[in-house]
Amino acid sequence: MSERVIHLWGALRPLVGGTAFVKIDAATIAELFAKLIERYPGMESHIRRGVAVSINGEIYRDNWGTPLPVGAEIYLMPRVPGG
Amino acid sequence: MSLDSMNPKLVEKKFKVIGTRVPRPDGVDKVTGRARYGADASMPGQLIGLVLRSPHAHAKILKIDTSKAEQLTGVKAIITSADLPDHTGGDRAMMDILENCMARGKALYDGHAVAAVAAIDASTARKALKLINVTYKILPHVTDVDEALKHGAPILHEYIYTEGLPERPTAYSNWNKHGEFGHGDVVAGFKEADVVIAKSYKTEQTHQGYIEPHSVLASVSSDGAAEMWVCTQGHFVYRNHCAQLLGMDANKLRVTASEIGGGFGGKTHVWAEPLALALSRKANRPVKLTMTRDEVFRCTGPTSSTSIDVKIGAKKDGTITAAWAELRYHGGCFPANWAELGAMTAFACYDLKNVKTVSKDVVVNRPKTAAYRAPSAPMAAFAVENTIDETAKAIGMDPVDFRIMNAAKQGTKSSYGPVYGPIGIGPTLVAAKNHPHMKAPLGKNTGRGMACGFWFNFGGQTCVDLNVTPDGNVTIAQGTIDVGGSRASIAMAVAEEMGITYNQVRSIIADTSSLGHNDMTDGSRGTFSTSMAAIFAARNAIMVLRERAAKTWDIPLAEVEWKDGAAHATGAGHGNRSPLSLKEIAHTAGQTGGPIAGHSELVADNAGVSFATHIADVEVDPETGRSRITRYTVIQDAGKAMHPSYVEGQYQGGAAQGIGWALNEEYVYGKDGRLQNAGFLDYRIPVCSDLPFIDTQILEIPNPNHPYGVRGVGETSIVPPLGAVSIAVTNAIGVRQLHVPMSPPRVLKSIQTKKSE
Repeated sequence: MSERVIHLWGALRPLVGGTAFVKIDAATIAELFAKLIERYPGMESHIRRGVAVSINGEIYRDNWGTPLPVGAEIYLMPRVPGG
Repeated sequence: MSLDSMNPKLVEKKFKVIGTRVPRPDGVDKVTGRARYGADASMPGQLIGLVLRSPHAHAKILKIDTSKAEQLTGVKAIITSADLPDHTGGDRAMMDILENCMARGKALYDGHAVAAVAAIDASTARKALKLINVTYKILPHVTDVDEALKHGAPILHEYIYTEGLPERPTAYSNWNKHGEFGHGDVVAGFKEADVVIAKSYKTEQTHQGYIEPHSVLASVSSDGAAEMWVCTQGHFVYRNHCAQLLGMDANKLRVTASEIGGGFGGKTHVWAEPLALALSRKANRPVKLTMTRDEVFRCTGPTSSTSIDVKIGAKKDGTITAAWAELRYHGGCFPANWAELGAMTAFACYDLKNVKTVSKDVVVNRPKTAAYRAPSAPMAAFAVENTIDETAKAIGMDPVDFRIMNAAKQGTKSSYGPVYGPIGIGPTLVAAKNHPHMKAPLGKNTGRGMACGFWFNFGGQTCVDLNVTPDGNVTIAQGTIDVGGSRASIAMAVAEEMGITYNQVRSIIADTSSLGHNDMTDGSRGTFSTSMAAIFAARNAIMVLRERAAKTWDIPLAEVEWKDGAAHATGAGHGNRSPLSLKEIAHTAGQTGGPIAGHSELVADNAGVSFATHIADVEVDPETGRSRITRYTVIQDAGKAMHPSYVEGQYQGGAAQGIGWALNEEYVYGKDGRLQNAGFLDYRIPVCSDLPFIDTQILEIPNPNHPYGVRGVGETSIVPPLGAVSIAVTNAIGVRQLHVPMSPPRVLKSIQTKKSE
């Protein structure tokens, strides 16, 4: 088991029972999203609309193959649009 | 392709081309009128498309009778929502886009499209529009963000249940999303404070104000294949959206992007393009559809108007103990998350132990909003920076020193969650403190303000093709639209990497059938991501060039190196060989393996966040309330300024737009819910004579995640102006400005209220 602590922004917390983070055993962003949807089906619409992942302060919007290092600080964030 | 050629990490390099101010490849065409914009394209047999729009802010469409218009000679096609069947597959966001392009059962704002006509000329099309009879049932409307949240407000949609609340509501409402960010304990933090400042602010809706209106020329053949010439920030995204909305295969729709006369976020979204394609499909003729300025204002995507409450607590020693904000933004008539973005950016400049932001996203009877340069951040910065200024003054501290003391830095836990890596807010503040502008004397009735701003930046999907021509020159085809000069920057990157001159490289924007998908030019990503792809493509082409030289010399590849635009044989046995230039290798390419090219496709994630600090001097006429900017300075980190003139242009352009937003620009809606000022005469954007020369200071703190250290620069410069200008006006007249734009009547009212007290 190598669970990562996944911090959630406010809008996602009701989907996981109100907690600020969840623990998921996932090695990549793709695996994380798949397991989040499996465990919390309400997450699917958010992920489909766009969720970015901050890994140790570096923000990934697209590359779902990006590894999630054990012990990294991981935040889910809304996928930010630009102008 | 070696993996090393795709390494995005910063490399130490002494630049020869990067950092110079070369002429832009599109410059002569643009100043001589040769450049072709959206409305400049025509096709044989083309029709003119026009759109019939709702005169009501909120109305049920009971019936659309097109029979008389159809009988008018010269009318070739009329479409309504019935001609745009649902191909969205249950994707609500795509359905919102479709419904925004053409109303389906209900008109949701003044200007919402209800039908469209294609006719042999504009006169006939206008006559046809008048012959279409729409029967409406007018519904109560709401255009104000706070009013829309009130109990009993007219409800726009019966599918919105507020998302993000602990319990799912049982009734639908206009409040589509609730969000929260932050950390620590703000209640405890405010108890620790010696001073607590709480203020409420409002900002009005503004438009990006691009000079070129939307224009599209669409041609759908009877075999289903289609072409579209369009003014856009992202022709691949337009291709994908239009194909989905019309039920087409994306590869059957070839989109060519015209030159673009400004976008700033407003051309990241399809508006009339699906209608032009649907008209062309129905008429079996090309259709050109160009919006009027009135339509651009009423029917495209302005930014949100907002209502924001901010509370900051601080100790007398200058430490901020707690910060809180509630931000209410509307997304126009469809759900969005603009308030959520505002909540993420609001306190991003500061290192805060206790911080909480709450966002409320709301729908109102206004056009569907779109991004506008660092979307949502300027309004949040306006509210926060004014409260920061007031807090500093309340504890008797210089506002610059107060900001420097509380500025975020590497290792700070950001207000939106993650811990920052290396960031540039501190250096911009220190540069502001030391800037001659900050020490210059002020004139009569003049105040000075300064403010900070933050934006995320991103990279995204990018694809380029590099080709060496037989005469030894290079073409680089990019798929990211050139809005602010990226063709020059991309050519510079290729020249730098290949060791050739800038004039040997020509960069073009390829159409959607010629390259893989490219994201739009938004999020300050154009130069950041496309230059990275161009560098990788050049590295791949260099590998081919080395292979050809090795073959020509009949020596191992490992013994050929590329430097100064030529292949050099290395090693003891080859020291006397003359280098093979790019020209020589290109000339014999047919005999050594064929065309020489380099390709790159990538996702440029991890662009790095961006910060800026602005200083404004504003003179206020106490008789009229008119404000005049007398001096303005922008300080921002560019990572590495590839072409300093373009970086300065981005800084100045963002500042100019922010100044317009701060002083004059606003959508004015009447009680009937109709837009009252849909034109540049009544919607006042700044012109050259309104502005001083905007001074810029480029800081270069290399971005570790780009080979040349480049950071996106296109958006952050619009974030601080609302704060800097309003603080300057506050200092000029002695009354805190809580509502932008600070148009003369609002400022005069402040002055008169102060006098009467």
